Amino acid sequence: MADRTEGAVAVVGDRDQPPPKLSLHRLVKTRRSVTGEIVPAIDDVSFDVHRGEFVCLLGPSGCGKTTILNILAGLDEPTSGSALLDGHPIPGPGPDRAVLFQEPALFPWLSVVANVELALKHVGVPQPERRARAMGWLENVHLTGSADAQPHELSAGMRQRAALARALAGDPDVLLGDEPFGALDAQARELLQNEVQRVWVESEGRKTFVFVTHNVREAALLADRVLVMTAAPGRLIEEQRIHAPRPRNLDDALVSRVVSEIHEVLMLEVSKGGAT
Amino acid sequence: MKRIVRELGPPLAGVGALIAVWAIVAAFVSSSTVPTPAEVWSAFRGAASDGTITDAAAKTLLRLVFSFGVSIVIGTAIGFGLALNEFARRAVRPLVVALQITPFIAWLPLAVVWFGLTERAVVFVAVVGSFPSMTLATISSFGQVPPLLTRAGRTLGAKGWQLYREVIFPAALPGYVGGLQQAWGFAWKALTAGELITAGLSATGGLGQLLQRSQNDVPMLIATVAVIVVIGVAVEYVVFGQVDRHIRRKRGLLVEA
Repeated sequence: MADRTEGAVAVVGDRDQPPPKLSLHRLVKTRRSVTGEIVPAIDDVSFDVHRGEFVCLLGPSGCGKTTILNILAGLDEPTSGSALLDGHPIPGPGPDRAVLFQEPALFPWLSVVANVELALKHVGVPQPERRARAMGWLENVHLTGSADAQPHELSAGMRQRAALARALAGDPDVLLGDEPFGALDAQARELLQNEVQRVWVESEGRKTFVFVTHNVREAALLADRVLVMTAAPGRLIEEQRIHAPRPRNLDDALVSRVVSEIHEVLMLEVSKGGAT
Repeated sequence: MKRIVRELGPPLAGVGALIAVWAIVAAFVSSSTVPTPAEVWSAFRGAASDGTITDAAAKTLLRLVFSFGVSIVIGTAIGFGLALNEFARRAVRPLVVALQITPFIAWLPLAVVWFGLTERAVVFVAVVGSFPSMTLATISSFGQVPPLLTRAGRTLGAKGWQLYREVIFPAALPGYVGGLQQAWGFAWKALTAGELITAGLSATGGLGQLLQRSQNDVPMLIATVAVIVVIGVAVEYVVFGQVDRHIRRKRGLLVEA
């Protein structure tokens, strides 16, 4: 079993500032393995995310990054340690923290525009205004032509764009992404990455984005800060700040340098044989 | 028009083949055992024009609407309750499964003891014969709601009853409609059988009773069976089949040839 005091990257704010938007401190989440043993899924993870920051959690599958995201969303609770939103324990899920899931998770019985309208309903937009506002969000992701289509009639990339429109429609403070582009082809992925980057830049520091990915290039492209995790149990092993100007693209020299640096860290971790 | 031919062509060909085989068999067997299709048709025409068969069908259908309605309400309420509570589900579901497996005919003698040869005995058998499948279908339709959609609904801000109305009920709908279709089949079978057995009481009437009364009139017997079959198939395909197809097509769950 891992020693909890070592190997943890504690990033706790200590200056006189407003509390971080999101703050995880010594977070542990255990789960029951197939054999019935209780094993840690994430072990002593601490980090802060400040308002307006774009953070990517990077790590191999099974490192518990989705678990962390679920805890931030309020869909899951930590076994021990604290998870704070604006300095208070994270409450249940709510429209202030939108989630982009790996699957688009659109409601198949609603048209594309009705999916977006449902998000508007929950933030108190009155019925007569919903259609126009929803169409505005769909325009933002270039889907006005498919507004009345059912989700299954759209391509995978278009579905995820509709999900992005639905997630943003409630004007959330925090957007959480659980490998939302992992299942897309390269072209659709690039389009969505650019869209997400644009939305975040346009929010001018109001919106906080936390995305989980196993794609080093994606993390380097999107994030201000990349937190690298190791697998089983998940712990933070490295933090990389990326100062490249935006909008970025994958060919930027700085982005590619960060990609190779993170690769090196990951290779070293793999050669050590991981945590177990 | 082409679509209608493509959809109805094969089943109609099947029915045609069945009637052809029947006609051939009838040609070789004495008509008191196997009457020809023409004899059955004229028995049907006669019973339809003097109102015997239409009255019986109307009575049976009315009784069915009532029993099936009761069965839907009871089955859905129990199923929903059990879907909500795991302990109750594990405690009660096996009992419902046992009820479901029990032949509904087994309840008839008991129903007669409890209610006599009355309307209520027939309805009781139809309800007991169909509500377990409604309950089981309701439980499984909630069990099949994708957790991802529930989580998506919660992150949008839906909670409590709203989460049920906006996400869980619509997501459970396809399975539930499948359950209605199945329960309808059980209710139809149990009801006609119940009518047949309680035929001693003239007040009840209905298609099952017509079967009992036509025992010595083979063409009429077959005509009545045919009416029972046709009504059953018609409701199954026209009502439930269409609703089911509509829901599945809208959600992209229907693979069209």
